[in-house]
Amino acid sequence: METLESAQITVEACISSSVSTAPVTTLPPRHSVLVRVTHWIITLCFFALLLTGVEILISHPRFYWGETGNVLTTPLFQLHIPSSRALVPTGYGYVLPDQNGWSRALHFEAAWIAVLTGLLYAISGLFTGHFRKDLLPSRADLSWRVLSTSIAKPLRFERPSEAEASSYNVLQRLTYVFVIFVLFPLVIWTGLALSPAFISAFPASVTLLGGRQSARTIHFFVSVALVLFLLVHVTMVCLAGFRSRTGAMITGRTAARKEHT
Amino acid sequence: MIDLSRRKLILTGLAATAGASGLAMAARLAQKYGLVPPDHGGIYGLGETLTFASQRLLTRHSLAREFPRSQISPRPFPNELAPLTEDFKRLQAGSFAEWRLSVDGMVAQPASFSISELKSYPSRSHITELVCEEGWSYIAEWIGVPLSHVLQLVGVHPQAKYVVYVSMEPDTWDSIDMADALHPQTFLCYGMNGNELPVAHGGPLRMRLPRQLGYKNVKFITRLTVTDSLKKFGKGVGSAASEAGYAWYVGI
Repeated sequence: METLESAQITVEACISSSVSTAPVTTLPPRHSVLVRVTHWIITLCFFALLLTGVEILISHPRFYWGETGNVLTTPLFQLHIPSSRALVPTGYGYVLPDQNGWSRALHFEAAWIAVLTGLLYAISGLFTGHFRKDLLPSRADLSWRVLSTSIAKPLRFERPSEAEASSYNVLQRLTYVFVIFVLFPLVIWTGLALSPAFISAFPASVTLLGGRQSARTIHFFVSVALVLFLLVHVTMVCLAGFRSRTGAMITGRTAARKEHT
Repeated sequence: MIDLSRRKLILTGLAATAGASGLAMAARLAQKYGLVPPDHGGIYGLGETLTFASQRLLTRHSLAREFPRSQISPRPFPNELAPLTEDFKRLQAGSFAEWRLSVDGMVAQPASFSISELKSYPSRSHITELVCEEGWSYIAEWIGVPLSHVLQLVGVHPQAKYVVYVSMEPDTWDSIDMADALHPQTFLCYGMNGNELPVAHGGPLRMRLPRQLGYKNVKFITRLTVTDSLKKFGKGVGSAASEAGYAWYVGI
């Protein structure tokens, strides 16, 4: 009897101790599993798309506006870099090796994976309230005073406050909304508008952009904007604490939360 | 506890089986409806197959955009040409009167055509864009005989799935499925902008299909082979370009 009773007490002690630590383990993660998994898949795809996009670009580093353009027409602008094609007048005395075969294959494969992953993220974001709760700025935050402090703080290289570790400020929210709902759809649209088969079925997708060469030029500028976003994003992660923020995107937990307990 | 994990295990097993058989079914259906490209193997096969299958479903009957005559590029850019062979120069010296296009494979009557014979068939033209994989483009009027007309003349077997086309340029050949071969804008092209097709642009005879990139529009065509499988052609991946790492289907 005695041993049974003492055993009961130990069990109860165990339960109560587990109850006392429960708030730590049941806190919702900083980022949901779906957000974390899709974040890193799209990160991988983004680097693949960037590398292969640059490889494809150097086979013709000239940009045009309108429907057509080639080395016999005047470009809108030209990047002063060497090319992987001998017939492009670059001013350099050499031609880079052709990497377009695998680059194009990887570009489209990574695009497929990124678009399908992005669709999963977008649909689940609508249903779970992720966009509404985590990304859309509140009406009160859309004032110049709140906006200007959120701009000024990182410019003074100030570390974000504890509260900001578990949520995004208005500038971050506006940036993510712009990247997710403007830049990504635009880079996909302008990419599809380069496909002769796709535009045979959906000609408006290219005429609305002012022609196929215009679509290519916009595709380039949107990609540049995405690279700028990436640079700022990584800078901000470093400023806030690279280990804790990257850890939060991998495991879902934040260091700040552990400190609270 | 044990019950729960067993239920979980069974459910996971069922889901995995359903997923795997779903995929197997999708693969079989895709194969049956010609939605799998010959270069579906390797690490980029997934992307190639997704692109080809989705565009086949979306674009089977769509027409490439045609442009008004005013949009024809004043200076169409002919891409780099490999040095012309001695055989080619000999035919060129005779104004290509001796040029022959032979058609064989899964056809009722294998045949061979001269350029003037091809020109005697109903001629068609379209003002469409030629788009290079590198990024540049131009618009021209392309004149020729629809490939479907020639295929009709020789009588293609119903089980045929592809048309292989071979260039006079060494190691240059490609292939298209019947959806593209029978497409009304796919030409055996012998004219450009109201004139003969210049040698720089592939004259006397070039494949012209405006819904795919430039490199699919092979120059100097001398032979067509109709087939139900691409396995026995070269390395079996459908074209010299895909053997060199460039996609077989480039509707992109």
